[in-house]
Amino acid sequence: MAPPALDSLPAPLRSLRLKTKQQELLLRVSALALIYVLAFAVRLFSVLRYESMIHEFDPYFNYRTTLFLTENGFSEFWNWFDSESWYPLGRVVGGTLFPGLMVTAALLHRLLHALSLAVHIREVCVLTAPFFAANTTLVAYAFGREIWDSGAGLVAAALIAIVPGYISRSVAGSYDNEGVAIFALLLTFYLFVRAVNTGSLAWALASAFGYFYMVSAWGGYVFIINLIPLYVLVLLVTGRYSQRLYVAYNCMYVLGMLLAMQIRFVGFQHVQSGEHMAAMGVFFLLQVFFFLDWVQYLLNDARLFKSFLRITLTCVITVGALALGIGTASGYISPWTGRFYSLLDPTYAKDHIPIIASVSEHQPTAWSSFMFDFHILLFLFPAGLYFCFKRLSDATIFIVMYGLTSMYFAGVMVRLILVAAPAVCLISAIAASATIKNLTTLIRTKSRSPQTTSGKTTGSKAAAKGAVDQSLPFQHNAAIALLLGAFYLLSRYAIHCTWVTSEAYSSPSIVLAARGHNGGRVIFDDYREAYYWLRQNTPPDAKIMSWWDYGYQITAMGNRTVIVDNNTWNNTHIATVGRAMSSYEDEAYEIMQSLDVNYVLVVFGGVTGYSSDDINKFLWMVRIGGGVFPVIKEPDYLVNGEYRIDKGAAPKMLNCLMYKLCYYRFGELTTEYGKPPGYDRVRGVEIGNKDIKLEYLEEAFTTSNWIVRIYKVKPPKNRS
Amino acid sequence: MPRATSDAKLLIQSLGKAYAATPTNLKIIDLYVVFVVATALIQVAYMGLVGSFPFNSFLSGVLSCIGTAVLAVCLRIQVNKDNKEFKDLPPERAFADFVLCNLVLHLVIMNFLG
Repeated sequence: MAPPALDSLPAPLRSLRLKTKQQELLLRVSALALIYVLAFAVRLFSVLRYESMIHEFDPYFNYRTTLFLTENGFSEFWNWFDSESWYPLGRVVGGTLFPGLMVTAALLHRLLHALSLAVHIREVCVLTAPFFAANTTLVAYAFGREIWDSGAGLVAAALIAIVPGYISRSVAGSYDNEGVAIFALLLTFYLFVRAVNTGSLAWALASAFGYFYMVSAWGGYVFIINLIPLYVLVLLVTGRYSQRLYVAYNCMYVLGMLLAMQIRFVGFQHVQSGEHMAAMGVFFLLQVFFFLDWVQYLLNDARLFKSFLRITLTCVITVGALALGIGTASGYISPWTGRFYSLLDPTYAKDHIPIIASVSEHQPTAWSSFMFDFHILLFLFPAGLYFCFKRLSDATIFIVMYGLTSMYFAGVMVRLILVAAPAVCLISAIAASATIKNLTTLIRTKSRSPQTTSGKTTGSKAAAKGAVDQSLPFQHNAAIALLLGAFYLLSRYAIHCTWVTSEAYSSPSIVLAARGHNGGRVIFDDYREAYYWLRQNTPPDAKIMSWWDYGYQITAMGNRTVIVDNNTWNNTHIATVGRAMSSYEDEAYEIMQSLDVNYVLVVFGGVTGYSSDDINKFLWMVRIGGGVFPVIKEPDYLVNGEYRIDKGAAPKMLNCLMYKLCYYRFGELTTEYGKPPGYDRVRGVEIGNKDIKLEYLEEAFTTSNWIVRIYKVKPPKNRS
Repeated sequence: MPRATSDAKLLIQSLGKAYAATPTNLKIIDLYVVFVVATALIQVAYMGLVGSFPFNSFLSGVLSCIGTAVLAVCLRIQVNKDNKEFKDLPPERAFADFVLCNLVLHLVIMNFLG
């Protein structure tokens, strides 16, 4: 029914009058379009404030490989052996990376060039993550519609467009695997749930392709290959076995596994690794279920079927247990690797694998991080769980399991808040949408019922309706108040997300900004200054030794060979560098000669107050070096268990290579008004050893704010 | 136990009788599945004899058998007239899906064969 106001329009415009269904479609499409643009736009803060550049450390490796791919083609890329990193070992790049991100960016680049838009590959790389974040909102809409209804889908899309937990890893410039992987994750889950709901082979095939894209994009695909079998198991246990489930899971598992094994980095893990055995176990379990179901249908006789059931079950359980036992005992099925084992046992990494423990993203999550990254979604999440349990179906069981498992893992490791973000958004969207729907229904029925009761004349009925009438206006007002409260909460959420993105997640980390004395912004571009100095002033075959954090950036921007980089695949090599940094200068010189090192690069924040420098990371170098070479002992560098660099510091600390390289000539510098020369602004003390003399190295370059310091290793003297 | 053996005999007899009553098109699919599984078992036995190098070829051979067996069973489910869940699915659509999935399966197998 058209609203009466439109009848007063002139005749030509009256033909544009839309029916309610069309109005609803228009509203939905325009809302989705706005959400799409919003998801892209909110991630552009750093491009607008600084420039279009790649952030952080890992994205520089991805950028370098994408550059190589666009210049040399896919075959060269797939078989690339890189001799510029991990000198002298080199790295088989083609077989040790996840190609999804690079291939996606290269394809986008080629598409844009085919449309005669000649953009540089760097711009494509910078904007890949926001583009895929916008696509994720569309998938979230479809998924929400599949689980609940289109209203929940719209709310889910809106929530996921700005949720800080997702923005943190997908801002413009953060050219990392997760930017594409979350899109692939949500797509795979959506396609799989759709396949289970419809029982169609085509949707299951699509979900297998989604899984393939996920495997090509990120190592976190292990989450999918364990969550989906767990979900199938839960369905089987709760008596929801159906033939749609059989079709969906089998097709997805076999085709998905085959496709996944095409990625060289994954290799044969799907049949050999313990992390993938759950999927195979559930595969065989489903075959047993199907077989028993079929026999039951054939027999039509309860007693006979019971005896058959007993025989089959005993056989299957014995065979299964035997296979698993023999496989694990003989070592054919490899146990869970350290990275994923530390998810189940959070204390494992700290004791056994210091490299994993040293990464700040792998620490357990604090409550403040949850609040910062989720805001109101934190309490909408349990409400959503309640709604899901009220309307249990195959789809809602899936989202509940996804939400609960991902929240557990998010609690174990900060980085995994990213994986939990889509689940939390979807479940919260169900709560928000269902609540708002109930409230608006409450408001609408109240406004209609006074008109229906006005026509009644019967005495008792009128009295009863009158009594009901009295409570209705109260509920009506309460509903309006609650609705306004809900809108207020959602608007606070939007404000919080924008503020968080602007303040916390849009910094490029390679360019630092601070407020000067007069309030103006001061930019520290020291990193790029140092890398470009390396590129222009060192011989092309020079080898740079630095801590592994900076390896990718040095190879990408400085274009020089490095000893270790962020891939951290060889712990002994990293421990050798750590040992060199922690030893006295003469011992370190021997190690550097054995590695053919020409230049050493250190990062020092004492002049600017930049706290992520090598002196703060130094204890990790000691621990990692000491893990392989027992000659390096951590207590040698501490005083009463305390880490100090002032006069009371341990003598080994005051004379090790890292200390000397960081504080060379620093004793002559006054950093703060009223403090003695050699005052370290990060540690807040005056350094202990100001009179540093270098015997085997000489200073080559120090950036304008002393953040990066480069030293040249002197060749051995002519006479021994 | 005599009751167990007579139970087993009764089981096999009733199974055989009930199976004989299934339509012919389903029996053809079942025969195809049996053939494919037998092929897979032969490949596994051969692998036991000569060793598993190159592993990717062995895996692609066995997985192509398992894959097409599983897809055939899915086709059987969707084409079976007694299945209430798939009442509205036309058998042509089920067969088309089957062909498409097999095509993808064998393309990947050919890439993986090495």
